[in-house]
Amino acid sequence: MNAEVMVGWTVGALAPGFRSFLWIASGLIVLGVGLLLASRRGRPAYRRRAALIGRYLLLIILAMIVLFPIYITVVDSLLRSDQVVSRPPILFPLHPQWSSYSTAWTQGHLGRYLLNSFIVTTVIVAGELVTSIAAAYAFAFLHFPFKRTLFILFLATMMVPLEVTFLTNLSTVVSLGWYNTYLGLTVPFLATGFGAFLLRQSFLGLPRDLRDAAKLDSAGHWQFLRHVVLPIARPSVAALGIFSFFGAFGQYLWPLIVTKDDRLRTVQIGLKFLTNSQLNNFNVIFAGTVLAALPLFVLLILFEKQLVRGLTAGAVKG
Amino acid sequence: MSATDATGTRNPDTLAGLSGRSSAGAPARRPRRQRRMKELLLAFGLLLPSVVIFGVFVFYPLVRQIYLSFFVTPPFPNQPKHYAGFSQIQQVLSSHDFLNSLWVTLLFVLFTVPTGLILGLLLAVLAHQRLAGIRFFRTVFSSTVATSVAVASVIFFTLLNPQIGLLSYWFGQQGQLSVLDDPRWALIAVSAVTVWQNLGLAFIIMSAGLQAVPDDLLEASKIDGARAWARMRHVILPMLSPTLFFAIVVGTILSLEAFGQIDILTAGGPLQHTNVLVYAIYDQVFNQNNDGRAAVMTVALFLITLIFTLGQIKLLERRVTYER
Repeated sequence: MNAEVMVGWTVGALAPGFRSFLWIASGLIVLGVGLLLASRRGRPAYRRRAALIGRYLLLIILAMIVLFPIYITVVDSLLRSDQVVSRPPILFPLHPQWSSYSTAWTQGHLGRYLLNSFIVTTVIVAGELVTSIAAAYAFAFLHFPFKRTLFILFLATMMVPLEVTFLTNLSTVVSLGWYNTYLGLTVPFLATGFGAFLLRQSFLGLPRDLRDAAKLDSAGHWQFLRHVVLPIARPSVAALGIFSFFGAFGQYLWPLIVTKDDRLRTVQIGLKFLTNSQLNNFNVIFAGTVLAALPLFVLLILFEKQLVRGLTAGAVKG
Repeated sequence: MSATDATGTRNPDTLAGLSGRSSAGAPARRPRRQRRMKELLLAFGLLLPSVVIFGVFVFYPLVRQIYLSFFVTPPFPNQPKHYAGFSQIQQVLSSHDFLNSLWVTLLFVLFTVPTGLILGLLLAVLAHQRLAGIRFFRTVFSSTVATSVAVASVIFFTLLNPQIGLLSYWFGQQGQLSVLDDPRWALIAVSAVTVWQNLGLAFIIMSAGLQAVPDDLLEASKIDGARAWARMRHVILPMLSPTLFFAIVVGTILSLEAFGQIDILTAGGPLQHTNVLVYAIYDQVFNQNNDGRAAVMTVALFLITLIFTLGQIKLLERRVTYER
């Protein structure tokens, strides 16, 4: 019995049956809840300690359950293929193997897929920011006929999902000669109603005095936008940028139907093809999954605040 | 929208067009009409890119899908499609396949939305505390927001694999029929994957909602001796209702549009048991080559999404407490 299997035994002591795992997990949850409930009686010092322990217990168990699928994928990607199928399962890689990553990167084209995803996502985010800032500026600061109607039309676009329009959009893209090109992957998403809506809200939050002061300076619109509006609205712009990065990077249906070869496939679609082509080599699938997931995880850790802002933009106002 | 509002008339040189400096010399003499014209042109230029994209990729396709649903796709390519009036629409809407997809979609929404809502709320309440290390837990609970639908689906594709999947092993199903191939369990499995994938989003939305509840309100009810459940029901939930409403709408729309997890995990099978509407449309277009039928189903999907969204807004608006 080698070291990995032994660690697997000890770490994975609850693996022999899912039932025993369930027993232990639910036992801990009951204990946590019990401690929380018990914390209502007794002396204050004990109460506080019981509540604290109970809460941490629950937090840890739930965190483990939520993280388990991701954790096990990372672990499996570092094991040899015979270790992946060993039972009881190995839950910690003592001697990580990195070879499946290089296989996924080269033979599995993950490098190319990731590059494509970055190109497509960057173009979409940049385009969306530009069009949204422009439209939001017009809606917030300019006067023109049919402003309300136009704004409602912008909002209405949020009610028409891609799942409804993809059939016609595909034939449009084909007739434009954009099938299987970066143009086809990006142009339909260069403007969104949500972006214009979010930034208009934020622009309207600008103090009126500030607008008037800028006007008295006889600063042009460009100066006003650059030196007054954007610096103040920067949190919203950042939120929109991160939010649309997550959306564009994770896209599935459209890149699936508008690309036909590895040169153009984004990483989400590439992962599907990798999975179908490496069914005898699960390590490569695990490594590919980790590679495909990594960029958004890094962004989540770096920009959690901005992302949360973008995701909850609609919720705050009800 | 009147162009002669207070600010406009007070400062003749305010919105002087793209280059403010050119007008600085003779602000007072500048005719108002010309200024208004310049503002109009600027607005036009700023909105044009968005309007073009929306026109070509949102509104035109919507209209064309409705138009296409009146035409029958010929069985062989290069034949003209012919106008069929409402007969095709009627035929599709009453077909067994469509009704099955509708039912599956409804079940999928019912399986995913309430579950996600409750789990997200639970995690959010648990993590709404000033504790050492709570930031770590918050990041963990948000983390699935960074798993795209493809990543989440492939992760569970391996976990549920009958040969190597740990979940199959722990459920004692190793070497047996995968739950994804079992008509009784496939939709539940796909729903579970979806709930997990959207858990981060649900947690984030609920946490933001909780943070908007004033702390003193929570503290006050604690001192009152309000029991945990009573506090939840009478203090937190009413304050949280706009958030819950938002989460339900977003969750329902996400579930109605689910496609990636079906494509990767089950391809609509087994025996159509996971053939949600979007996947059925995709199948009509790319496997059956029947754009006409697909168009009818697309319009149906659009109307269902619309009805759900508007209905939820109307229904919930009455119950939502907007007090802040």
